Amino acid sequence: MNNSVGNTARLLGAGLRALLVLTVVCGVLYPLAVTGIAQALFNDKANGSEIKDKTGQVVGSSLIGQRYDLPKQNPDDATEAAKPDPKWFQPRPSNGLGSNSVNTQYSLILSGATNKAADNPDLVKLVTDAKAAVVADNSTATYKVKPSDVPADAVTSSGSGLDPNISPAYAALQIHRVAEQNKLDVKQVDKLVADHTTGRTLGFMGEPRVNVLELNTALKALTES
Amino acid sequence: MSPVTAGVLQLLALTAALALAYRPLGDYMAKVYSSEKHYRPEKWIYKAIGANPSAEMRWPAYLRGVLAFSAMSVLFLYLLQRLQGVLPGSLGFASIDPDQAFNTAASFVANTNWQSYAGEQAMGHVVQTGGLAVQNFVSAAVGMAVAVALVRGFARSRTGELGNFWADLVRGTVRILLPISVIGAIVLVACGAIQNFAGIHEVGQFLGGTQQWNGGAVASQEVIKELGTNGGGYFNANSAHPFENPTPFSNLFEIFLILIIPFAMTRTFGRMVGSLRQGYAILATMAVIWLGFTALMMWTEFAHHGPAFDITGGAMEGKETRFGIGGSAIFSVATTLTSTGAVNSFHSSFTGLGGGIQLLGMQLGEIAPGGVGSGLYGMLIMAIIAVFIAGLMVGRTPEYLGKKIGTREIKLAACYILITPALVLCFTAAAMALPTPPHSMLNPGAHGFSEVLYAYTSGANNNGSAFAGLNADTQWFNSTIGIAMLLGRFLPMVFVLALAGSLAEQKPVPETAGTLRTDKPLYAGLLVGTIVIITGLTYFPALALGPLAEGLAS
Repeated sequence: MNNSVGNTARLLGAGLRALLVLTVVCGVLYPLAVTGIAQALFNDKANGSEIKDKTGQVVGSSLIGQRYDLPKQNPDDATEAAKPDPKWFQPRPSNGLGSNSVNTQYSLILSGATNKAADNPDLVKLVTDAKAAVVADNSTATYKVKPSDVPADAVTSSGSGLDPNISPAYAALQIHRVAEQNKLDVKQVDKLVADHTTGRTLGFMGEPRVNVLELNTALKALTES
Repeated sequence: MSPVTAGVLQLLALTAALALAYRPLGDYMAKVYSSEKHYRPEKWIYKAIGANPSAEMRWPAYLRGVLAFSAMSVLFLYLLQRLQGVLPGSLGFASIDPDQAFNTAASFVANTNWQSYAGEQAMGHVVQTGGLAVQNFVSAAVGMAVAVALVRGFARSRTGELGNFWADLVRGTVRILLPISVIGAIVLVACGAIQNFAGIHEVGQFLGGTQQWNGGAVASQEVIKELGTNGGGYFNANSAHPFENPTPFSNLFEIFLILIIPFAMTRTFGRMVGSLRQGYAILATMAVIWLGFTALMMWTEFAHHGPAFDITGGAMEGKETRFGIGGSAIFSVATTLTSTGAVNSFHSSFTGLGGGIQLLGMQLGEIAPGGVGSGLYGMLIMAIIAVFIAGLMVGRTPEYLGKKIGTREIKLAACYILITPALVLCFTAAAMALPTPPHSMLNPGAHGFSEVLYAYTSGANNNGSAFAGLNADTQWFNSTIGIAMLLGRFLPMVFVLALAGSLAEQKPVPETAGTLRTDKPLYAGLLVGTIVIITGLTYFPALALGPLAEGLAS
C-alpha cells in the first residue's frame, strides 16, 4: 500500500515537472519569440491595424467594425434605439455585440453573434424590420430601393458583431443617400466605393467587400476638401 | 464568378494544399516517433521530468503517464484561474468562479476547448498564454502519443511495449507542433492577427469617443488552437473575430492547419505499420466523409431554407462578409469533423439541416479526419469493428494488419464506441428532464433541444463548438459538461491503450487467401458504411427531435 502511494506520488511529481517545463517552453519562450518577430516585422498589424484620418487622428482599426449613429437624444437613456447617421456609409447590424459583464472596470467590446436560429420569430422580426429600414433610409427623391435589391449582409448580424466590411451590393445601395446627404455628386461617391472595393483574394478566396471605416474616412476627406 | 464557384474553388485549393503537405509531414512524424535520437534540449527536459526517455512502457505504465500528466494539468489550470485575481499580468481581471474554472480546466486538458466564458472579458494574459495556450500544445501532443502507441501495438509483435509516454509527449510538442506554430503564427500576423502584450487598448473612433480592446498574444494562440484541433478562442467570437482570422486567406490557412495533422497521421500510420497502402485506405475513408459532408453543407447553406433566410435572401446571419457562405461552410465542417470546435461563423444560425450536419459530424466520433491523434485512433477502432462485421458475415475470425481481433480486442473496441453516445444521450436526457437546465435555451422549439444536444455532443466528443445561444455558464452545465469532457477524453484512451497492449503481445497471423484485404477500396467502402450505420443507429432518434425536425419544417 505504502509502496503504491509512493509510486503514485512519484508519477504525479513527474507529471507536474513535465507540465512546468512545457509551460516554460510553450507558454513563455514561444509566445515571446513570436511576439518579438511579429513586432519587428509587422509592427502595425501586430498592434491592431489602426488607421488614421488625414489629421493624423486614430479613428479605429481597419479590422474592427464601428457604428455610425447619430448622437442620442438623451445620452442617459440606455433603452433609446440608436439611429444611423445618414451622412455615413452604414455597416451590418451587430445585434450579437455585447458589453462586458465581468471586470466592469473596463468597457470592453464583447464580440459575438445573435445565435438565433433561422426559424426563431425574434430573428424573423429583426430581419424584417431591418429590411424595411434599409429600404426607407436609402431611398431618395430620385432613387427608390426595391426590397429585392437589399443583400443578405445588410440585414443580418455577423459572427463577431465586428464585421468591418459590407458587400459591394450594400455599399452601392447607399451611394445615392450618402451623395445627397453630403451634397456630393453620385458619380463621385460611386467612384469612391469602387476605389474601396476589394475583390476576392487571388480571384477566388472569400467574397468581394468594402471596408466601411476606410470608405467613410475617405468620404470625410472628400467632403472636407 | 458566383459565390458557389468561389466556394468550390476554395475547397479544391484546400484539398491541393493538404495533398502537397501530406507526404512530407506524415513521413516526418513517423520519423519523429520512431527515432532513437534525443536532441540536447529534449535531454534537458527529460532530466527536469526525471524520466528515462528510452525506457519502454507496457500499456498500464503508458496510461499512468497520460493520466498523471493530465491530472496535474487540470489541477494547475484550475488553480491558475482561481488565482488570476492576484496574479500579475492579468489585466486586473478577477479570479474565475469554481464551477467555471473546473469546466475550463477540464475543457482545455481534454482537448475540447468548450468555453462557458467570454475570453476578452474574463481571461488575462497569464491564464490565456501561460495556461490555456500551453494546454493547446500538450493536450494535442497527448492525443498524438496515444495514437502512436496504438499504431505501435499493430506494428510490434510478441512484446507488450508501446514506447515511452514522456518521449512521445515531448517530441510531439517540440518537434512537430512548435515549429509549425512558429511559422503559422507569423503568417497569421502578416494577415493582420494581433500579437502583443499590451494592456487594455483604448483607441479613437470615427465619430468621436473611444473603444476598448484587449491586446494579447493572439496569433501565437490562434495557430496552435487550429493545429492542435483545440478550438478555444482568445475572443468570444473565436475565429470570426477579425483579430483572430482577419482575411479570406487566413481563413483558408486556418482550415488547412485544422486538417493537416489528422490527415497526415494516416501516412504516419502507414509508414509505421510498414504498409503505406493501409494508410491510404484509412485516408480515403476520411476524405470521402469529409468531402461529402462539405458538399452537403455548401448545398444547404447556399440553398438557405428557413423563415428568416427567405426574407434576407441568404444565410448570412452569424457569418462574416469576408468569408461568405463558402468559406464559412468549409470551416464549419472541418471544425466539427475534427475535435477542433473553433468557429468562423455561428453554428446556431446555420440552416436547420446545416446544424444537423455539424451535429452528425461530431457524432461520427470525430474521425474524418478527427482530432490530432484522437482521429486516427478513433478511426482505427472503427476499422476493427468493420473487420469484425465482415468476419461475422463469412464466419471467420477477423484480422487487421496481421493481428487477430479476438474476444478481448472486440470487447475493448465495443467499450470505446459506447462511451461517448452514453455520455451524450444520458446527459441530454437528464438536462431536458430536470426543471432548471432548459431555462438556459435561447431559441424556442426543436432548435432549443438541439442546443442542449449539441452541448453534450460537443463536450463528450471533445469538440468544443456550440449552438452558443445556450447559456452554459450555470453550475449544472459547467459541472456536467466538465465531467462529460473528461470521461469522453480519458475513458476511451484507457481502452485504446489496453487494446494496443493486447495487440502488441500477439504474434502476427500470416496472411492467407481468406484474409480480408484492408488496403482495398472495397474495405474503405465497408468502413464508411460501418461508421454511418453505427452512428446513425445510435443518434437518429435524437437528431430527429432536433435538427431534422427543424430542417424539414422549413
